[in-house]
Amino acid sequence: MTAWSLAQIALALGMLLLAAVPLGRYMARVYEGQPTVLGRLLGPLERLVYRAGGIDPTRESDWKGYTLAMLAFHLVGFAAVYLLQRLQGLLPLNPDGLGAVEPTSAFDTAVSFMTNTNWQGYGGETTMSHLTQMLGLTVQNFASAAAGMAILVALIRGLTRRTSHEIGNFWVDLVRSAVYVLLPLSIVLALVLVSQGTVQTFRGHATATLLEATRGADGTPIAEQRIAVGPAASQIAIKQLGTNGGGFFNANASHPFENPTPLSNLLQTTAILLIAAALCLTFGHMVRDRRQGWALLAAMLVVLVPAILVATSIEQRGNPVLATLGVDQAPTNLQPGGNMEGKEQRFGIASSTLWASFTTAASNGSVNSMHDSFTPLGGLVPLVLIQLGEVIFGGVGSGLYGMLVFVVIAVFAAGLMVGRTPEYLGKKIGPFEMKMAALAILAMPVAVLVGTAVAVVVSAGQAGILNPGPHGFSEVLYAFSSAGNNNGSAFAGLGANTPFYNLALGVAMLIGRFLVAVPVLALAGSLAGKKLAAASAGTLPTHTPMFVGWLVAVVIIVGGLTFFPALALGPIVEHLMFR
Amino acid sequence: MLAHLRTSLRMLAVLSLLTGLAYPAFVTAVAVAVFPHRAHGSLVERDGKVVGSELIGQPFTGPGYFWGRPSATVPFPYNAAASAGTNLGPSNPALHGAVRDRVAALRAADPGNDEPVPADLVTASASGLDPHISPAAALYQVRRVARARGLPEATVRELVGLHIEDRQFGVLGERRVNVLALNLSLDALR
Repeated sequence: MTAWSLAQIALALGMLLLAAVPLGRYMARVYEGQPTVLGRLLGPLERLVYRAGGIDPTRESDWKGYTLAMLAFHLVGFAAVYLLQRLQGLLPLNPDGLGAVEPTSAFDTAVSFMTNTNWQGYGGETTMSHLTQMLGLTVQNFASAAAGMAILVALIRGLTRRTSHEIGNFWVDLVRSAVYVLLPLSIVLALVLVSQGTVQTFRGHATATLLEATRGADGTPIAEQRIAVGPAASQIAIKQLGTNGGGFFNANASHPFENPTPLSNLLQTTAILLIAAALCLTFGHMVRDRRQGWALLAAMLVVLVPAILVATSIEQRGNPVLATLGVDQAPTNLQPGGNMEGKEQRFGIASSTLWASFTTAASNGSVNSMHDSFTPLGGLVPLVLIQLGEVIFGGVGSGLYGMLVFVVIAVFAAGLMVGRTPEYLGKKIGPFEMKMAALAILAMPVAVLVGTAVAVVVSAGQAGILNPGPHGFSEVLYAFSSAGNNNGSAFAGLGANTPFYNLALGVAMLIGRFLVAVPVLALAGSLAGKKLAAASAGTLPTHTPMFVGWLVAVVIIVGGLTFFPALALGPIVEHLMFR
Repeated sequence: MLAHLRTSLRMLAVLSLLTGLAYPAFVTAVAVAVFPHRAHGSLVERDGKVVGSELIGQPFTGPGYFWGRPSATVPFPYNAAASAGTNLGPSNPALHGAVRDRVAALRAADPGNDEPVPADLVTASASGLDPHISPAAALYQVRRVARARGLPEATVRELVGLHIEDRQFGVLGERRVNVLALNLSLDALR
């Protein structure tokens, strides 16, 4: 690994932590309804949304009411995105005259954006009208992210309230997340991205005369280049901040119009983890013990940082076969070297592997390089980060509530060992809490492993595979891991825009989102009803380095034991066959 | 549940207006006013005609132009209406064959140059539209371009030097050369 690589990795992590501290404090004030710096500006907007939506912000509900509101909102959102895609040919803001999206693809995409997965079975610039991108996809980028944050806030209330029925008002948590957090950050990020070259226009494509004419695949002379543009920056800003990841263009954040410069790359990289990191600190503020928040953030960094370093050093080594073909892969001041297949020159190796680690640690899933073309062990890193259950940062809100489920498991396992009643933040963990935590943790592996197993034995599943041998298996495993964990990135060689994959992955995404979210809300409701137990000498402190290590071990053991056999059949065997 | 659905419909409508229309419209209005050139795609004109975008590469195969990264877009390379990478895995024989062919093509166009080829020049970019190559990949091609254009090598080398962009703020990303910009200034030499 070069010094330049290390400097960039350190810079991104440093920026992330520096920005997370004030944002974490700000969000705690937002969710507790305290005055904030932006309150004067955004307070009227918040109240306007309540009035227009017919919401009484003072009315709270129990966990069942909260859950029903959340599910109803997602159902309506799903229907809207589906219909927009099917009817876009008849609707305005379609300058390039794109037709209706195929039904299973429209289903897949609607589920994908509703569940904050943002898996893209389609190519953006060739499939979706500007209207669909804005009114369908961008809206769900906000909505699914805000819903994830709302569910987290409800769980935090469950931990902090005593003998209470109510866990909050879903609409208030949703609107505050969107209005006070996502919207202002997105506006700023979008405009900075445009200053770097990200496009933001309602015009149709531009046409350029090529300097040197070329020929198409069938030999027809090509003298012009149609350059697709559109309102990209506004969508990209929220797709990063909301850990959505679905790109405006097919090539996602590797497309120069999405991510034109190293600076735009650094800002987007940071944005991917910003809110998820800050929410850890928000948690600390809201439970009135900031050390608890830092402990969770530390546990996440303990997994993330080694993953970045491993991926970077492996990809920097390059492809051993190419070395025998007269290719120079050594890094120098004049070239990045390394495995450059599927990577962009302006990013080189470090900015690509850094992004790959961030985007899969978070359930973001946007890519600035093609993970399918990573070396076997380089590609193993993003795959494992996804399979750990998207709790290493994870989705905004959903990552931390997933991590808190692991905390419940960790506290319970530790309690078993010393023969004490397990408790977390003064709340006793009983059989109901454990059932909900177990359900939330088991749903995802079932979706991933069963989905993968079915896909590799049926011909409709095999038909999508691009690369031969174990790498082809990795493509399928990656697809279901990505869908089941609501990540959205891909080993994109897999031809997944087929009825089989659209439906199978759609189901995996639904399981991955709602079979975690609903048990978490049940957990919140049950915890809220409990009394606070006084801390005693037998209470396990949950802010110490020892607990951080224990939590990381639990996450890795659960994820590792579940997925190691599958990983052995894919990237690991490919690596062993490689030399 | 019906009450929840009714509220959901209203809230989706309100949030759609806010985040799906007002937000992109506001960003577009500001972007077009403050950064018009960038917002519309950083288009480059020559003699009043649009000849490309600063940010989007173009296919070059003639010996007198610098070549960019191999592109996987269909149906022709650098199709800016359908970005794509190859997605070929590292162990895929199709990748090894493609790289072998590219190395051979570079050597055939520049007989006598047996130096190892910089990796970025023979591997496909992620977007298929990468506008840049590494400085090493540009310098590798200097002799061929100079010979094809009947220019002194030193002149071409100097031109490449002028087009090397440093890491942003001295640290971010990689040093690079914009191929379209370099070729446009090559044409301007005549």
